[in-house]
Amino acid sequence: MLSRRVIPCLDVDRGRVVKGVRFVEIRDAGDPVELAAFYDAEGADELVFLDITASHEERGVMLEVARHTAEEVFIPYTVGGGMRSAEDIREMLAAGSDKISLNSAAVRDPELVRRTSAIYGSQCIVVAVDAKKVAGRDRWEVFINGGRINTETDAIEWIREVERLGAGEILLTSMDRDGTNIGFDLPLTAAGTSAANIPVIASGGAGELEHFAEVVVEADADAVLAASTLHYGKLTVRDIKEHMASHGIPVRL
Amino acid sequence: MIAIVDYGMGNLRSAEKGFEKAGVEGVFVTPDTERVREADGIVLPGVGAFRDAMADLERTGMREVVVERVAAGVPLLGICLGMQLLGSMSFENGEHEGLGLIPGVCERLPSNVKVPHMGWNTVAYPQASPLFEGVEEESAFYFVHSYHLRPESAADVIGRTEYGVPFASAVAKDHVYGVQFHPEKSSEMGLRILADYGRIVHGREAS
Repeated sequence: MLSRRVIPCLDVDRGRVVKGVRFVEIRDAGDPVELAAFYDAEGADELVFLDITASHEERGVMLEVARHTAEEVFIPYTVGGGMRSAEDIREMLAAGSDKISLNSAAVRDPELVRRTSAIYGSQCIVVAVDAKKVAGRDRWEVFINGGRINTETDAIEWIREVERLGAGEILLTSMDRDGTNIGFDLPLTAAGTSAANIPVIASGGAGELEHFAEVVVEADADAVLAASTLHYGKLTVRDIKEHMASHGIPVRL
Repeated sequence: MIAIVDYGMGNLRSAEKGFEKAGVEGVFVTPDTERVREADGIVLPGVGAFRDAMADLERTGMREVVVERVAAGVPLLGICLGMQLLGSMSFENGEHEGLGLIPGVCERLPSNVKVPHMGWNTVAYPQASPLFEGVEEESAFYFVHSYHLRPESAADVIGRTEYGVPFASAVAKDHVYGVQFHPEKSSEMGLRILADYGRIVHGREAS
């Protein structure tokens, strides 16, 4: 049976992991490759590297991270952040990334999703959607530029649109829940998974074990993303998977 | 020596590094038919479209070399699209002839499930194979595909997976092997399969 996936997300700035990962087992907690190998050994199903490097000149560093990861880590990984052109995407896939994730770039240039999925296959083009409820409107809207700009686009409509364009997967982040630790946004995730015929990764808000099982059982998430709860050592990938399994969710243990 | 055939499809670094990590020596990536001809084992990787892959193998003369070396007893491992290429034919965007090493056709996965089939799924083993030596029953492997090979003979099926329908996720006929999943992306159990293939190749060399 197809497993539901648990995916750690690492924020990388100029080649170093930020948002302090605290493990005694890790020699260099800032080294993305070492952390990726750690999560592979812990049973992570995939990894997401979110490149938050602001300066465009230093973007090449992420290509190096992708290359080294391909040498050391034998689970699939996605790189997101900062890619704007088909050439950026080509380079990142050639460096060894299994998938790339587009957020603002997909909104500004939806054709980019269509063109690159036609060339490289839908399976390697993920569209990240940052969604937020807007006061007075009964829908979630898509925000870009790290949540600073409201595109005033209906998030669920946008998910349908990028699927039509050729996206192979949706990384759906609730901006209302991100960083709250009170649980995933179940209505948003459920709306996303019922609109999409491609897998949806739920993101934002997880803090307790229960949250991970809940978003799969109640909102049909195909995968769950975890960041701070894992990095600060509160939960392990194994804890999350065992908990999911105890709720009858198929996971790879 | 084991040659990973570079026919312009996808990223082959992971496969090469996976073998290295699994302790298999002498693995190299090459587009050169002469180097493939000299190899003791041939790995046919691949992501992308069936038709383009076959056209490329044909144009470069790689098809002839692969078929000729397999006839001479060299163990072949097809991964993902590489497994589908072993079949007689594919219905991916038309009708395209395959290598014909494992009689069967490639069909699209059923429409009652999300396609591509992407993620970790379990493999059951209808029969023992040296390719799965040391691999635990019901281990999960990483899949990304929209088509699957349907071998004519159940005797050629060494792994079976359920996704909408039960399908052949691993095949073997004599010394021709194929896996629909990506062992190089399937963590420890995947690397074990690469190690097993290495043993199949090097065991044959030694005998």
